[in-house]
Amino acid sequence: MNKYMTKLAVIVALAFTSSCVQAAIIVVKGSDTMVILAQKWAETYMQKNADAKIQVAGGGSGVGFAALQQQTVDIANASRKIKSKEIETCIKTFGKRPTEYKVALDGLTVYVNSDNPIKELSLDQLSSIFTGKVKNWKEFGGPDAGISVYSRENSSGTYEFFKENVLKGQDLAANAQPMQGTAALLQSVAKDKNAIGYGGAAFGAGAKHIAIKKDDSSPAIEPTEETIVSGKYPIWRYLFVYVNPSLDKGQIAHYLNWIRSEEGQGVVKNVGYFPLPKNLRE
Amino acid sequence: MNPHDLSEPLPAPARFKRGRFDMWAFLFTGATGACTYLIITILFVILGNIILNGHSNFTWRFLTGGADKGMYDPATAGVLPMIVGTASRIILMTIFVIPIGVITALYMTEYASSTSWHIRIIRGAVANLAGVPSIVFGLFGWGFFLNFIGQNMDEILHPGGASAVWGKPALVWASLTLAVMTLPVVVVATEEALKSIPQGLREGSLALGATKLQTVLRIVLPQAMPGILTGGILAISRAAGEVAPILFTGAVSYYPELPKLLTDPFMDLGYHVFILSTQSPNIEQTRPLLYATVMALLLLTFVLNIAAIIVRAQMRRKMRLLQ
Amino acid sequence: MSSEAPSFARRSHGWMGIKRGHRARPLEWIIEKGIQLVSYSAIVMVFLIFIFVSREAMPIFLGQMDSAAVRPALSVDEAMKLPKEDLRKYLDMTPDEFVKADAEVIKMLVDLRIESSANETTDKDAKLNTTQWSHLLGPYQWTGYTKPEYIWQPVGTIHKYNIVPLLVGSLKVSFVALAFALPLALGAAIYVSQLANPRTKEWLKPAIELLAGLPSVVLGFFAMIVMATFLQSVFGYATRLNAFLAGIALGLAVIPLVFTIAEDALSSVPRSYIQAALALGSSRWQAAYKIVLPAAIPGVFAAAVLGFGRALGETMIVLMTSSASILSWSVFDSARPITASIAAELAEAVFDGHHYRILFMLGTLLFAVTFSLNLIGDIVVHRLKRRLEGKA
Repeated sequence: MNKYMTKLAVIVALAFTSSCVQAAIIVVKGSDTMVILAQKWAETYMQKNADAKIQVAGGGSGVGFAALQQQTVDIANASRKIKSKEIETCIKTFGKRPTEYKVALDGLTVYVNSDNPIKELSLDQLSSIFTGKVKNWKEFGGPDAGISVYSRENSSGTYEFFKENVLKGQDLAANAQPMQGTAALLQSVAKDKNAIGYGGAAFGAGAKHIAIKKDDSSPAIEPTEETIVSGKYPIWRYLFVYVNPSLDKGQIAHYLNWIRSEEGQGVVKNVGYFPLPKNLRE
Repeated sequence: MNPHDLSEPLPAPARFKRGRFDMWAFLFTGATGACTYLIITILFVILGNIILNGHSNFTWRFLTGGADKGMYDPATAGVLPMIVGTASRIILMTIFVIPIGVITALYMTEYASSTSWHIRIIRGAVANLAGVPSIVFGLFGWGFFLNFIGQNMDEILHPGGASAVWGKPALVWASLTLAVMTLPVVVVATEEALKSIPQGLREGSLALGATKLQTVLRIVLPQAMPGILTGGILAISRAAGEVAPILFTGAVSYYPELPKLLTDPFMDLGYHVFILSTQSPNIEQTRPLLYATVMALLLLTFVLNIAAIIVRAQMRRKMRLLQ
Repeated sequence: MSSEAPSFARRSHGWMGIKRGHRARPLEWIIEKGIQLVSYSAIVMVFLIFIFVSREAMPIFLGQMDSAAVRPALSVDEAMKLPKEDLRKYLDMTPDEFVKADAEVIKMLVDLRIESSANETTDKDAKLNTTQWSHLLGPYQWTGYTKPEYIWQPVGTIHKYNIVPLLVGSLKVSFVALAFALPLALGAAIYVSQLANPRTKEWLKPAIELLAGLPSVVLGFFAMIVMATFLQSVFGYATRLNAFLAGIALGLAVIPLVFTIAEDALSSVPRSYIQAALALGSSRWQAAYKIVLPAAIPGVFAAAVLGFGRALGETMIVLMTSSASILSWSVFDSARPITASIAAELAEAVFDGHHYRILFMLGTLLFAVTFSLNLIGDIVVHRLKRRLEGKA
């Protein structure tokens, strides 16, 4: 027993002392949506650059910004734009505005159950469904059945984007059910015949996606790479990374440039998001 | 008169009294029995469902593989970082909680008189600590350990340092939060063990001229070892499956490296179950992975629980012999 | 009180009360005091939890937060003319930060304020401070709504922080859990403690207690993946994840706790009671139903109270099975308990912002409520035991 205790004590002591020595690695943290993407970037980059070491962690966009402000990370991933309150705390702690880089595109797809005959909806129709003004599928030529609305967790970047851009800031219907993640949402849509929900285009299996019309007269657009990158598909967003400008040099700057290069954007495609249009890559 | 005296066994429950069919006895016994077996059936349905769906993916490669390549792909994903993360946080927690819990129990049974007012307050505090919601422990760990202790440590240890070393989610803060949460478990188990030690042992030791401290350290404590062990195991099994207290204090959804430093964040089995059930890109494809992860977590907590039950049973048998 | 107990028995715990005598040494005295100090740590922790959770929520309690989306913005020239103290207040800086900030930082902050007021909305609610108690608790007719309503929509241009839907969600889910768990656990406790034969009892008890070994995240997972589909096909309700499902899953977590306390209370009823009943010709079930149960009824009450406290505070199960924060008492509608909101939203909330503080305020509330429930439960159990042991 005593032997083990001493061993444990030694391990703990070692851990204490070694934690004061920090290796020079790039630490990335933030949005859960972007974890897989960030991880693939890091993997590919480290294969090309043997001396680079990158550490990726999830947590949430807000967690990423808090860590950026506390300077515990070098790069913060975010699926939403930084808020002025967050810029404010950054300025107060390190005297600079964080630099924003757009790193990828994500199209939001609207899903319905695969038995649902409806193929296309306009943005106005979507907004009336998600705010609860229209409650029955027959208004759009579907079956006479109540619409069950699925949404995302109200803290997620996806939710915020949808609320601001499709609903123009209106509140979601009170009975819209927020799901913890796109996977849970898709599962519910796949099981519920009258369901409608939205999520990242990276997640496709299990339900049917709907073509979207900008307004009643415009053509319905399917969410594909071509339509999203060209901006024809109306619901898309940028994914961002933020960095403290005084750290944006050397290895970190090289890494951020690589992310936006042809090679880095190729990774984006493999993970299921969409590459930036050429003019934004600088 | 001791109400717990088992020396006189009661007659076996009579469902039929004196040959006559007693309908009320039948109904009452049947209904309560049905409740009991319904609960047990539910337990076995849950376990059966998990084992049936999880066993095929529960392989050696899965248990020892990393999460750095395809965390959501059942063919490549492993849970080693989560197992190591969970194990390190509970080992660290044990190191923090056992001494404090044991000393508290020692004071309560050996030093203070049972009628004194501070015993009552300590007992009340321990009981209340046991009932604090786990998410409140999470908020507390975040507010106290991370933002108060951690940030002050940074100011003292790394004055003028640009980045926070201690004031961020870390293994050590998650373990400390869990230690506060499991303190009552250790205190109660140790107290029970201390109380069951025959008074004569203490009196004998004192009569031979040992001091109080010597008696406590050399006679009482060794006797209470199995009880302390049970307390430790129960604390570990309670903490192993807890997710809410570590949500904000150390666990992250993705950090494929094994935690090496006290200040590292970590992946956790329980939190990973949550991530896989809600964030997975394709729930049908990751279902086997999810079930296998649940199985790993269950195996960990059940082995610990059963160990606690066995140690406690042996301790009770020994105590009965001693008395 | 225990005054009638023989003095020897009172000594039995205070055996150290055999006076410290000639062998006591200074070192020993110091160690003894050290032990005493460490033993106070549980008390200290309860206080620290209360202090540090409520500390983050203080600005809400004191009404110092302002969540108005539209804040007055001064032009650079106007701002620079402000007296130092006013400028500091205008920029929301602590004195410490203000001293450290140079002119460039101040200018950046002033610019930022102008910039953020530029994309000002025209919504009439944008000037409201929604962190006031009247908005936290009372209904309000927001833009786009036809009547005053209780709304929890913390993210968006206008932050709607009405906590009533969350309170109702917590209560609703906990009541369902208790309605499911209490009869089952009580029935099982009566059966195991009074009616089962000793050999069956030996494995029944640990089997039920094994249910307590199921981590709540596993119960949540099971409820979300398996039970949701099953219950929906049986009851045929429209909403897949609702208060009913969450309550049943929560009930599974509460059963072992209620069972243990109730079983303990029932078995501590003195055997002489049962023996007397049997001697008078009653059957086992009559003794259990008419003698043991009434004697242990405060214990059953305590089990219910403590089970309710546990249900209110459980997080992972409701996080995985609950959903929309709507104000409805129907169990087949969705519900969003306090704990689920805290767990889901804190990681994304702006650090130190109003949403963050309101979540801590909810945590403080939860702590206060469960603390009181536990206190009541413990007092009842304690009194009952004393009475049954003939000490009261």
